Amino acid sequence: MKFRLYRYHPESGEKPHMQDVDLDIDPAGKMLLDALLAIKAQDETLSLRRSCREGVCGSDAMNVNGKNRLACITPLSELKEPIEVRPLPGLPVIRDLIVDMEPFYRQYRSIKPWLINDEPEPEVERLQSPEDRALLDGAYECILCACCTTACPSFWWNPDKFVGPAGLLQAYRFIADSRDEATAARLDNLEDPYRLYRCRGIMSCVDACPKGLNPTEAIGRIKSLLVKRRV
Amino acid sequence: MNTRRFDALIVGGGGAGLRAALQLARSDYKVAVVSKVFPTRSHTVSAQGGITAALANVDDDRWEWHMYDTVKGGDWLGDQDAIEFMCREAATAVYELEHMGLPFSRLDNGKIYQRPFGGQSKNFGGDQATRTCAAADRTGHALLHTLYQQNIAHRTQFFDEYFALDLVRDAEGYCLGVTAMSIETGEPLLIEARATLLATGGAGRVFWNSSNAMINTGDGLGMVLRAGLPLQDMEFWQFHPTGIAGVGCLITEGVRGEGGYLLNKNGERFMERYAPHAKDLAGRDVVARAIAIEIAEGRGCGPRGDYVDIKLDHLGEKTIAEKLPGIRDLAIRFAGVDPVEKPIPVAPTAHYMMGGIPTNLYGQVVAPARFGPEEPVPGLYAVGECACVSVHGANRLGGNSLLDLIVFGRAAGLHMLEYLRDNPYPRPLPENAAEASLARLQRWDQAGSERVAAISDDLRRLMQTHAGVFRTDAVLRDGLGKLNELEGRLAHAGLQDTSRVFNTARIEALELENLMGVARATLVSAISRTESRGAHTREDFPVRDDEHWLKHTLYSQEGDQVDAKPVRLKPLTVESIRPKERVY
Repeated sequence: MKFRLYRYHPESGEKPHMQDVDLDIDPAGKMLLDALLAIKAQDETLSLRRSCREGVCGSDAMNVNGKNRLACITPLSELKEPIEVRPLPGLPVIRDLIVDMEPFYRQYRSIKPWLINDEPEPEVERLQSPEDRALLDGAYECILCACCTTACPSFWWNPDKFVGPAGLLQAYRFIADSRDEATAARLDNLEDPYRLYRCRGIMSCVDACPKGLNPTEAIGRIKSLLVKRRV
Repeated sequence: MNTRRFDALIVGGGGAGLRAALQLARSDYKVAVVSKVFPTRSHTVSAQGGITAALANVDDDRWEWHMYDTVKGGDWLGDQDAIEFMCREAATAVYELEHMGLPFSRLDNGKIYQRPFGGQSKNFGGDQATRTCAAADRTGHALLHTLYQQNIAHRTQFFDEYFALDLVRDAEGYCLGVTAMSIETGEPLLIEARATLLATGGAGRVFWNSSNAMINTGDGLGMVLRAGLPLQDMEFWQFHPTGIAGVGCLITEGVRGEGGYLLNKNGERFMERYAPHAKDLAGRDVVARAIAIEIAEGRGCGPRGDYVDIKLDHLGEKTIAEKLPGIRDLAIRFAGVDPVEKPIPVAPTAHYMMGGIPTNLYGQVVAPARFGPEEPVPGLYAVGECACVSVHGANRLGGNSLLDLIVFGRAAGLHMLEYLRDNPYPRPLPENAAEASLARLQRWDQAGSERVAAISDDLRRLMQTHAGVFRTDAVLRDGLGKLNELEGRLAHAGLQDTSRVFNTARIEALELENLMGVARATLVSAISRTESRGAHTREDFPVRDDEHWLKHTLYSQEGDQVDAKPVRLKPLTVESIRPKERVY
């Protein structure tokens, strides 16, 4: 199996480069992560993040043959050789396939991603109908892997000003929650030419999301709520 | 060396650590969380089926019944005071999570959705109960993200991607913080705190076939062993009955809770033979042993007969899409089958460590000392899978682990507040507090002929073969001999990569050191326990022996010593549940 891997090692003084690797042993499994770990077992210097190896922790997002994906749930059989693996685009590279996620996390924190409800808490659960709960489906499942946000040209240009698809999807998750009382403040926080409206609806995020979520649709709903409250 | 100082320090950013951190962050004390991964990447995120609490939203229920099931599920090795505490607090703990925003699935009346899980009964061993609260089959994900969100709201200080190395203690045994290393820069760091909580999770990666995330390497256990403190009940490892065959990823017990069942190659519902009453919802150890026997006796499925099938297509696509969407996704990706049409191939997979760092009800780490067998180590706490309080005894019930994190995370947080109030001033650090840690780091700058990855693989194969579902004295001792050889090889191991920045090879070496300690504790404890109880099955001692073994083991690294301490059979307020035969 042939690979082209992005390599960058800040201490070496060398510029980033692509390394050709021919893996001649069978990896332990059939996913890209298995192959990368087999390569790492031969060359320890290759660095990447990984943890759950089942697509729920969001550690091993990377750019594979031009598309942002989670290595642990990307079958090798789907990939054309040489398999080109690069770090996620649009974020500073720390080393090899590891990027500095802080700009992404900062935008996530900026939408106040927690339930706001200042009413006294009942002794039991707050009630929520199955229909209201269903509004959270497709939003709460986000694993913060950053595949979508780093596939978005608007985020590449304005990572400090545009919230990006992952952050906006989470903003929608709280706006849509019947238990949350801060909708007005959440909408105020987003009503801005950059924070929300840099989204041009090109749906790169939808294409990139490894969990099959649809941030563009959620962003559309936020926009229509803003329109509605103006009229 | 850089030093940072906080009032309280939490090591580990999973459910237990974040719940405790939240308790402290709500106060005026300064709290920091050290986590080797960004907190939402912690293994809590993989929990699927749910969190157990007797809310009685679907069917009659009482916390006393939950308590009975937990005692029985643990084969009477669990401490009944701790179990009463957990089951009593369960409903409040779940309601709290709901108030924090956890997106639980809902019943038509708007209450939290609950599903049946294994080992749950009404009326102390009667009909199946429906007790596990769920957010579809992503309860751990929903719980972990909710707790992380609350911690950001309360401005907890996070040290993300810092690897904790060792406990710092003074001559009187007080824990004064930890040494750690920034993974990004390779810089060592000393973090001082008057109270330190270990919430470092499990060590399931010590087995070859494991449901666990790759980060589950028992780091807190290694820290405790190096500090000369004991580990409790390390022979008890849960093998989850239904890992995807050959891969290990988990298929939640919720599948059986929703009505799925197991089949052997003859299409027989074999659990009817092993547990006539509870069938597929017997305790996990019971189901895992049954599957292992079916496979061993030639009734496994597939060309090599090395798995059984779990069938759920009869539940219908709608139920599967609503209640088990993540499972469907995993099965399609990793087993190549859509469970809406075909059964999923499954086999037992190492899943959960019932043992761990001994603690009391408040999460205080306890150890034998001058005045008794269970004296708190001042300033040191442990909660979650790395701890052994012990509520799970010899076998954990499904849905009780998330509950353990939340109930004892909160209890430890509250106790730490009291401790901080009573101990308002930091104690002086001993000289050279970081010396041992720095030496450990420097050791990995030396060249060596052996490779970490190879030793790691051999360790996991060894444990799979020598400490699996079925054990004998000879097999365990053979394993211990091989472990000694591996330790010899580890002494000659070196890294190809001695760089500073994000050197994951060095982290894996440090993790391997921790796993070696866990493996040794497991093998030595398992050799000593000459009975079968819960998940510890000795073919040479096939029955439970309450006369000699109704007690916890305490393993200490020095001299591989195994001591014992009694099981607390006396609950806090209710009547003791006396040991009897465990039948499902």
